[in-house]
Amino acid sequence: MNSFIIAGREFRTLFLSPLAWTLLGVSQLILAYMFLTQIDYYLSIQPKLIGIAGAPGVADLVVAPLFGNAAVILLLITPLLTMRVISDERRNKTISLLFSAPINMSDIVIGKFLAIYAFLLLILGLIVLMPLSLLTVGELDNGKFLACILALALLMAAFSALGLYMSAISPQPTVAAVASFGALLLLWIIDWAGSNSGNSSELFAYISLMRHYENLLRGLVNSSDLLYFILFIASFLILSIRRLDNDRLQK
Amino acid sequence: MSRLIEVNNLSRWFGEHCAVDNLSFSLNKGEVLGFLGPNGAGKSTTMKMICGNLAPSLGEVKIGGYDIIEQPKLAKAELGFLAETPPLYPDLTVDEFLIYCAKLHGLRKASINKALNHSKEKCGLADMGKRLINNLSKGYQQRIGIAQAILHNPSVIILDEPTVGLDPIQILEIRQLIAELGQQHSVILSTHILPEVQQSCSRVQIIHHGKLVLNESTEGLSRRMSSSSLLLRTAQPADLAMLNNISHIHSIDELASNHYRVHHDQGINLAETLAKLVVNNAWGLLELSPEKHDMEHIFLSITQSTNNHE
Repeated sequence: MNSFIIAGREFRTLFLSPLAWTLLGVSQLILAYMFLTQIDYYLSIQPKLIGIAGAPGVADLVVAPLFGNAAVILLLITPLLTMRVISDERRNKTISLLFSAPINMSDIVIGKFLAIYAFLLLILGLIVLMPLSLLTVGELDNGKFLACILALALLMAAFSALGLYMSAISPQPTVAAVASFGALLLLWIIDWAGSNSGNSSELFAYISLMRHYENLLRGLVNSSDLLYFILFIASFLILSIRRLDNDRLQK
Repeated sequence: MSRLIEVNNLSRWFGEHCAVDNLSFSLNKGEVLGFLGPNGAGKSTTMKMICGNLAPSLGEVKIGGYDIIEQPKLAKAELGFLAETPPLYPDLTVDEFLIYCAKLHGLRKASINKALNHSKEKCGLADMGKRLINNLSKGYQQRIGIAQAILHNPSVIILDEPTVGLDPIQILEIRQLIAELGQQHSVILSTHILPEVQQSCSRVQIIHHGKLVLNESTEGLSRRMSSSSLLLRTAQPADLAMLNNISHIHSIDELASNHYRVHHDQGINLAETLAKLVVNNAWGLLELSPEKHDMEHIFLSITQSTNNHE
């Protein structure tokens, strides 16, 4: 209950600054353009596909690449959204308001997380509208489409949890942004090492965010991938709560 | 009388530095406690520990009988805190901010409006509800901070240097407000401005280097401030030897020509004897006044004497 109060204020404050609107506008513009090029590509190869049995459809050739691109764009904008949620409160000393109110640390962290996540879900909603517009002229593989939506929703939650943690440990918002961007990018590409020679590390492959995300995009809803995301989100939320608790114990 | 705040053997270290050293005190209902000390004495650290913003290294804090570490929710519900910098969100309006605070403190929807109007009226913010906090002056921002602290009608209100950065008129208003609050709530007021304590507090504590060096009611403090010297100004030069002969006089300083400070035993008023002597000798009495020790003197003497101990 308390976390909804915090989330509500945070969410509204987001829209009081031009940042939220800019992020919505820019991400939408770029993704729409990418969507258009995918459609264009699909139309150009469509005649060849007709002859092949079991050929990839719109969901594989348009929707999955769109969601893949969306992940990269989110990688860039989520750190900007999460950077100030906790570090700003600490800098402006407004955190004392939360610390002296009768609420738990977990309420604070979950409230902040929900606010960021709600904003990202708004972006997700706008992205989903693009493939939906194709329904007016054709059909979509609903199962694959829903798997893509699930994948992006999980990825957004993972990104915001990590960004939130970085904001909790950073003294300044910009530091938080750089740190979360770096961490996300590293987790994205960590399985690149050795992947060309074919002897890539199993561990790195498991840690990589992209591996699990791409599995889901292909329509493979695997419980191990879901578990990976849930563990990822929960760990960073718990770490953030611990970090806030630590504020009171500072040396 | 019920004890609203109990602080027992509270200590806080920052690394090697001991900010608060074995502090114990308690606060009863309806008291206004002035928490005095020079900069860096440990006032804010103590306040933060009482409000649960900082964990103590040793000792315990109880608010209304609830331990702030073990039952933080119950303890914090009894507490209204204004930190050194008022915790305000600059891009909210006054109403939005106060409603947010009310919700954080678990006020029900039905009672929020009433609480909002009550605290706005008390803090002189009645017409400011729609204004953006960012556009308000420091004085008004301070008032919003206080409004936020009294919003949920807590039994204990803790204000950390609430009059810093205000103009004299605003300071007077805030002091009046604090005195008013003291009638229904218990208030702890931290400050380094002495007259503030004299005007609005019923009890004074002086903290220095993290230690409590004085714990006294304001009346007790006034008694300490009673005079032990007289200022004398005459038209003709006075005969110091004759003055020195009066019993109970320790010494006489000559401040300027024909201007003297006469030190005497405490608790005895020598003004009458002195006046007679001056008139009888026709030195021409121009001024004779008992010298009051103001709080600054006491404050300095207490804090300096503890310095010497170290």
